Amino acid sequence: MSAPAYTVRTGTRASRLFGWGLLALLVALVAAPLWADRGMIQDLFFILTMLVLAQFWNLLAGYGGLISIGQQAFVGLGAYAMFGAVIVWGVNPVPAILLGGVAAVLLAIPTAFFAFRLVGAYFAIGTWVIADMARLIVSQWQVVGGGTGTSLPREARADMWGVETIAALFDMRAAAARDVLAYWLALALAIATVAGIYALLRSRQGLALAAVRDNVEAAGAVGVDAKRMRWSIFLVAAFGTGICGALIFLQNARIAPDAAFSVVDWMAYVIFIVVIGGIGRIEGPIVGVLVFFVLQSTLSQFGAWYLMALGLLAITVMLIAPRGLWGVISDRTGLQLFPIQRRLYGGRIAKETP
Amino acid sequence: MSILALQGVSKRYGALTVTDDVSFAVPEGQALGIIGPNGAGKSTLFNLITGNVPVDAGSIMFDGQDVTRTPARQRCLAGIGRSFQIPQPFSALTVFENLCVAAAFGRDLPERAVAEDCATVLERTGLIGRANAPAGGLSLLERKRLELARALATHPRLLLLDEIAGGLTDGECASLIDTILEIKAAGTTIVWIEHVLHALTAVVDRLLVLDFGRIIGIGDPDEIMQSPEVREIYLGIEA
Ligand SMILES: Nc1ncnc2c1ncn2[C@@H]1O[C@H](COP(=O)(O)OP(=O)(O)OP(=O)(O)O)[C@@H](O)[C@H]1O
Ligand SMILES: [Mg+2]
Repeated sequence: MSAPAYTVRTGTRASRLFGWGLLALLVALVAAPLWADRGMIQDLFFILTMLVLAQFWNLLAGYGGLISIGQQAFVGLGAYAMFGAVIVWGVNPVPAILLGGVAAVLLAIPTAFFAFRLVGAYFAIGTWVIADMARLIVSQWQVVGGGTGTSLPREARADMWGVETIAALFDMRAAAARDVLAYWLALALAIATVAGIYALLRSRQGLALAAVRDNVEAAGAVGVDAKRMRWSIFLVAAFGTGICGALIFLQNARIAPDAAFSVVDWMAYVIFIVVIGGIGRIEGPIVGVLVFFVLQSTLSQFGAWYLMALGLLAITVMLIAPRGLWGVISDRTGLQLFPIQRRLYGGRIAKETP
Repeated sequence: MSILALQGVSKRYGALTVTDDVSFAVPEGQALGIIGPNGAGKSTLFNLITGNVPVDAGSIMFDGQDVTRTPARQRCLAGIGRSFQIPQPFSALTVFENLCVAAAFGRDLPERAVAEDCATVLERTGLIGRANAPAGGLSLLERKRLELARALATHPRLLLLDEIAGGLTDGECASLIDTILEIKAAGTTIVWIEHVLHALTAVVDRLLVLDFGRIIGIGDPDEIMQSPEVREIYLGIEA
């Protein structure tokens, strides 16, 4: 008998259909300034930036097994680096966003060096301690307003790349055009983030990441460099989180240490989104951020009760559906929108339809 | 030439000496069996050879290189493959993906280049029907096979097997022996820890007996099994 041929496939019929649907959705989102009012643009901006933060935390915790509770350090430092570059060096705010990412990586290097020596809960606490130290240090930086914070200078706001063009294009005021600019940047960042993480998970490195998460010892025994994997995703997550932080405060146009390094806004909500949606799946944060947005817009007026309700909901989901809402959906339907599983077909394998 | 050589290797856990001044060598292409009572330090010896656990004293040479302080990952790349006594699958990955990780990283090849080879290993180890099943859902027997398959996927020059025959039916055991003989015939050096003595003696050229971390006998399997010291230790297991 001749040697049977095997093929490896990742996609499913549902995922290919979804791909087309996604493309249509993206076109609609790019065209949002045509059909959405300013309030909706701001809401979409909020959803997209929270999605980016959640995707990076999911990469760390869900794929890398690195449960950091200090990602607000990178949001805050990214935002402050952007403000600093604008105020001190007169850099245009749009390219200064990238400097936010660079600053976050520069902080992530010593953070990883310190926190990777800690395991489990101590790792989490270590990252949080470093985030709070970063907040305290930035509060001493007088050029950007010290403990009370500052606003983006008027000239910088006026000169922001692209604002004039957008204002002319849609015939809108500068403030609304700035929102559109921030929204488009957030959309680009979200697409790059989801596409980048998806590509990573489908690559050889994605397999290594899963192996390290499932069993570090065995991963080492088959030649995977666990340390390098952890370092790279920690730095990548810091870079993306820093850029996202800079973008959030570019849109905000005002910054203060407590807001920029907020553990509730950039950590508790983000963890909520990932846990509710489903950890360790790309679809998870997408479902989670939509649920979170609905809750936020209907319940946030209730203040402390709202936070307690979020906490209770998160605990309930963790107990009933540990793999989140997306876990329930995909278990019931077998649906995978971003398939990463490599399936072997042909040869001596019983026939299966891809 | 010996592919593996241990010289005066010792390991302590607190007051307990688990590996006590162990020295032996395995010539390339040979198979060495390791036996000894529970807790004798057999699995620990593997952990020292693979680098999963650091030695306290002594040296380990692999293929003429001193690997005593080399990280586990590099030893794998150099050609040391192992199975774990308690299976350690990557549970969220499928059986096929478990092998892909081992083949792609253990040999430093792109994923595309290893798929066909992984399928072949799955056929040889009887796991091909389970290729797309999540490893976390396998039975104990299948997990043990996966341990062997994953180690084979790295194409090791030295294969360390830790109790993979326990719990098999006679038929399954015979086919396992065939598989291991095939691997040996292909030139792979094998060190095999096993309590199922007849499986071991069907494959190995020499037998090493470990007790309380010390070597109490090494040599021809028949002679070893005749020695009074070994018979005393094994009286309860296989009289
Ligand atoms: N990490 C560890 N810390 C402390 N003691 C350990 C550790 N690992 C193993 N030991 C002890 O070392 C001794 C040898 O263990 P090892 O697993 O090497 O034995 P073994 O010969 O493989 O036994 P078995 O036949 O039961 O598999 C045992 O007493 C065990 O309890
Ligand atoms: Mg053992």
